[in-house]
Amino acid sequence: MDGQQVMSSYWRGVRNALPFLFVVGPFAMLFGVVATEAGLSLFETLMFSVVVIAGAAQFTAVQLMNENAPTVVVLISALAVNLRMAMYSASITPHLGPLPLWKRGLVAYFLVDQTYAASVIDFEARPNQTVAQKFAFFMGVVTPICPPWYLFTLFGAWVGESVPSEMGLDFVLPIAFIALFAPALRTGAHRAAAVVAAVMALLFAFLPYNLGLMVGALAGMMTGAEVERRAGMQADRRPGA
Amino acid sequence: MNDLWIVIIGMGLGSFGLRFLFLGLVGDRAMPDWLLRHLRYTAVAVMPALVAPLVVWPTATGGETDPLRLTAAAAALIVGYVWKSLYGAVGAGAAVMIAGAWLPF
Repeated sequence: MDGQQVMSSYWRGVRNALPFLFVVGPFAMLFGVVATEAGLSLFETLMFSVVVIAGAAQFTAVQLMNENAPTVVVLISALAVNLRMAMYSASITPHLGPLPLWKRGLVAYFLVDQTYAASVIDFEARPNQTVAQKFAFFMGVVTPICPPWYLFTLFGAWVGESVPSEMGLDFVLPIAFIALFAPALRTGAHRAAAVVAAVMALLFAFLPYNLGLMVGALAGMMTGAEVERRAGMQADRRPGA
Repeated sequence: MNDLWIVIIGMGLGSFGLRFLFLGLVGDRAMPDWLLRHLRYTAVAVMPALVAPLVVWPTATGGETDPLRLTAAAAALIVGYVWKSLYGAVGAGAAVMIAGAWLPF
């Protein structure tokens, strides 16, 4: 294995993920603020981010605990928000499945929205990478995303209530996700998947435990797969916009 | 707050379990074509499904549709799609939100 190439994959991962620092930073701070406002101590807030390391689920859990929901409901709802992680795991397995078990465990722990999106887009754009290069790229992506997630959570907990809510920080999350998927809508199948997923998620938003998200996501995936199947092998060669 | 630690540890184990499910159990065994074809669209399906309700019914406004947030989302989507730029999309969305916070419409 060429160590030079592996190191360059690592640094390419760091570079590609660097923009996410501006997403993870405010988002983690926001969680720190929200969690301390809900009565969690600094240590509890930090451990939440270290142990769970899943932004949307953490927000869901803190919000429900604030509403005094039963612990079982909190757990089920938060894990339902995280069901998409199983899809990420399945989606990244063709690329990182050959790794030894402990490395797969490490990847699983660090597999969050941003690390998944940045990695899978690169793996698909450069299919000729070795598994070692892909793993190095993934760890490169993790570097500016996961440690800052812990640090900025702590920082946010310290800052506490001094972040003014009228700054529109709540909208950092949707904008970040849009910025992630919009450049990836390169074929008709991708676009159809995105539109159907969004519409179905809205139509089924009334379902409890964030099941609307799951309905939308599954409908989108089925749509994308079906459009690709009908378009035959041409699907991935169609020019984007 | 003992319940808090049950939630933290339960969510930690549950989240890791979900993330490890396929990576750990499937490993490098080949997966069928139809499954791989679906998995190619995971990212572009999950993220819009996650975002759409947040854009249309923002939590900050108590679920009321907000023209400013719709505009910010549209700006990010268009810039990201047309220029294939993550920075550009974040910048466009942030610019609309900042303009909305400081300009009295």
